[in-house]
Amino acid sequence: MIPPGLQANPSLDRWVGFPAPGVVRIAFGKVEYGQGALTALAQIAAEELDVAMPQVEVANAATGAVPDEGMTVGSMSVEVSGASVRAACAEVRALFVAEACRRLDCAPGQIDIRDGAFRLDGAPSGETYWTLSPAIDLAQPPSGTARWKSQDQHRLVGTSAPRLDLPAKMFGGGFIQDVVLPGMRHARVLRQPGPTARLAFLDEAAAWKAAGDADLDILTEGSFVAFISSSEAAAARAHAAAEPTTRWDTPRDLPPQVTEAASLKDMASTELEEGAPVGGPSNRRRLQAAYSRPYIAHASMSPSCGIAWFEEGRLRVWTHAQGVYPPRLQIARITGLPPEAIEMEHAQGAGCYGHNGAEDAAYDAAFIASRRPGAPIRVQWRREDEFGHSPVGTAMRVEMTAELDAAGRLADWTTEIWTNLHVNRGRTLIEPALPQGPPDLPPPNQATAFGGRLNAAPSYDIPAVRVKEHLVINSPVRTSSLRGLGGPVNTYAGECFLDELAQAAGKDPLAFRLEMLSEPRARAVVERIGAVCGWDRRGPGGEGRGLGLAYDRHRDRGAFVAVAARVSVDEEVRLEHLWCVADAGLIINPDGAKNQIEGGMIMAASWALKEQVRLEGAGVASVTWEDYPILRFDEVPSVEVELIVPPGAPPLGIGEISLGPCLAAIGNAVAHALGARLRDLPYTRDRIARALLAD
Amino acid sequence: MDLMINGQTRRVTAEPTDNLLDVLRNELGLTGPRFGCGTGQCGACSVLVDGQDVAACQLEVGNLEGKSIVTVEGLGTPDAPHLLQTAFLELQAGQCGFCLSGILVGAKGLLDRNPNPTRQEVAQALAWHLCRCGAHNRVMDAVLLAASRMNAEPVR
Repeated sequence: MIPPGLQANPSLDRWVGFPAPGVVRIAFGKVEYGQGALTALAQIAAEELDVAMPQVEVANAATGAVPDEGMTVGSMSVEVSGASVRAACAEVRALFVAEACRRLDCAPGQIDIRDGAFRLDGAPSGETYWTLSPAIDLAQPPSGTARWKSQDQHRLVGTSAPRLDLPAKMFGGGFIQDVVLPGMRHARVLRQPGPTARLAFLDEAAAWKAAGDADLDILTEGSFVAFISSSEAAAARAHAAAEPTTRWDTPRDLPPQVTEAASLKDMASTELEEGAPVGGPSNRRRLQAAYSRPYIAHASMSPSCGIAWFEEGRLRVWTHAQGVYPPRLQIARITGLPPEAIEMEHAQGAGCYGHNGAEDAAYDAAFIASRRPGAPIRVQWRREDEFGHSPVGTAMRVEMTAELDAAGRLADWTTEIWTNLHVNRGRTLIEPALPQGPPDLPPPNQATAFGGRLNAAPSYDIPAVRVKEHLVINSPVRTSSLRGLGGPVNTYAGECFLDELAQAAGKDPLAFRLEMLSEPRARAVVERIGAVCGWDRRGPGGEGRGLGLAYDRHRDRGAFVAVAARVSVDEEVRLEHLWCVADAGLIINPDGAKNQIEGGMIMAASWALKEQVRLEGAGVASVTWEDYPILRFDEVPSVEVELIVPPGAPPLGIGEISLGPCLAAIGNAVAHALGARLRDLPYTRDRIARALLAD
Repeated sequence: MDLMINGQTRRVTAEPTDNLLDVLRNELGLTGPRFGCGTGQCGACSVLVDGQDVAACQLEVGNLEGKSIVTVEGLGTPDAPHLLQTAFLELQAGQCGFCLSGILVGAKGLLDRNPNPTRQEVAQALAWHLCRCGAHNRVMDAVLLAASRMNAEPVR
């Protein structure tokens, strides 16, 4: 079978090349943002081609230079792109083996390849990929017959190759912010207080005065304003000076209560449903509970940056967006240029964890460059722009109803979700400021509104399950994809409610889960998490120390993941230790996988204890690290990760699998410690005190 | 004015009130100190000034004449890495790496003051440095690994 990515980009030379002796060039459409995708995909390529890792050169993602594989999202780089890279490399290897057999007059079974050198009956043949390469035209589609290696033949896949991109970042380089182009000019953009705001007065005199004698250039078009200078500091000073005295008509004015997830229930929504028909009346024991997560910031360490250069009718854009092809369409719309006139090149940014400001900074730069041809334009957002104007992860409220039968088994389950959009790539920050205004996009529907219902059905054998989503399309602020989309919140809610049900049924939470799990791989991770966390010594709880666990199957079809948390709680929650046991099938790079899982758990811990975007007035009101604290070095728990790799299982995504189970394990551990349950995130001192009083 | 950066005297044309981070990045081409917040809250731009781990974005260069400034570029190079950089790479202590320049500098400042810190002392010294990827445990392990190797090596 030819993987879909390779089918869509069928010419093998798009994926593999031999540009110089000893060098294999691999190209794919996924990009690196600290998650290790580049290294894992290079390992897959080196494995299939039988070359050494130092011989692999990964093409930087750029339009025209790499296959179009959309955006780098959903923990799918290894699972989806990896399948294409593997198949393309197996096809290329087969073509080269066939050519070697012609030259050496032998059968394919007599050839093996080491570090790119072809061996005949175990002895050097003198042929290599590079001697054979001139005879083979890779501009051909895959045959579909090449066979990739089986797991027992792997020598590179399954080893912890060090990250290819990390060394540069250890010595002071490696990021888009470090790119310097000849004659580059720096721009700062004045942001509208909400998409409806119209520029009424711009204090240009203040900007000029603050910039000093620098060559300031103020670009104004509609309600879009940029301060451009050869000096970054001067552009920043002009921006800072003009901002407080600029006047806007019809700014957004949000009431503070929209900060809370509960407010979603009061907003107009579209109803989406799936699952079993509504159950009839029953005399079974019925329980209900409501959980929520507030709006969460991506909170990338680097405020976003974009660079663009418009010269002789061609626009070149450097971006740390999650892909290079899809943003080109938006840039064409924003600049009025045809897509063919736009070249996009990826340059790495800090971790983004989803749709942060990266694309919007590129749109800013592209628009300014299109209006100021000749010099490269570098747009650097401020911290308050990143917090205040990049999309945020949506708040969610999750209400559940479940029925226990007379034997205390879970017989019927309903999840009802209130959420804003999780995937929202089309709505740009810049367009509402431009004269043409935002595009008229079709409203999301059952087919396109993705993310809110992920993991809304618990990952267990339950006789009847239904899910209803109330999707708020006109959200108070722009929301878009954040690590895991709705999955982590639904798992948090469902797995905490499951502990409540176990308690109601008088059963141990671990045993209650195992009763409903028939899938052996699911049982294996749940049983193992119990063993590693010392579940049998858990005790009754209620005295300030707690142990909790949770499980899900990521997105209902991915990795099997169990997490346990040990906490102590007095006035606030202290995280003592976290464990994770995961089965994500074949692991390409075990240390890289563990790094992602560990990081996801720390991020989830930070969401659980600290994070909430505050909305008020023009939009996001929490625009500094002081307003938006995250977990710090002296607050992080120690973490242990164990991977189970069943023989022959294909690889599954890793990047976002640990967040949901980790949130829920913390929730369950805190409930165990307190003997009272907190349901709304984050677990602040206030909420802990209120939960104890209510009890 | 002259600034003492990574052991070398560097002449800069900046005004005394100019911001050290801007001067390092845009005038001297030292990209190690990174712009993260501009308010001294994240640690991404931190440098050592006379051994103290401080936010470059909060310093005016006019107050720094005669002081020793160390950026991550002053720790080591790919060919001659500092033991901290070696340990960080060995333990793959980092994900996106944007916070690492500041953390490496902060860790060097700590080990210069306290060559044998406990894990808790490492956590406290680095507490003002933010990391969003959640690489904290690996970072602390790497600092402790580097410290143990420094203590094992004869003083150079």
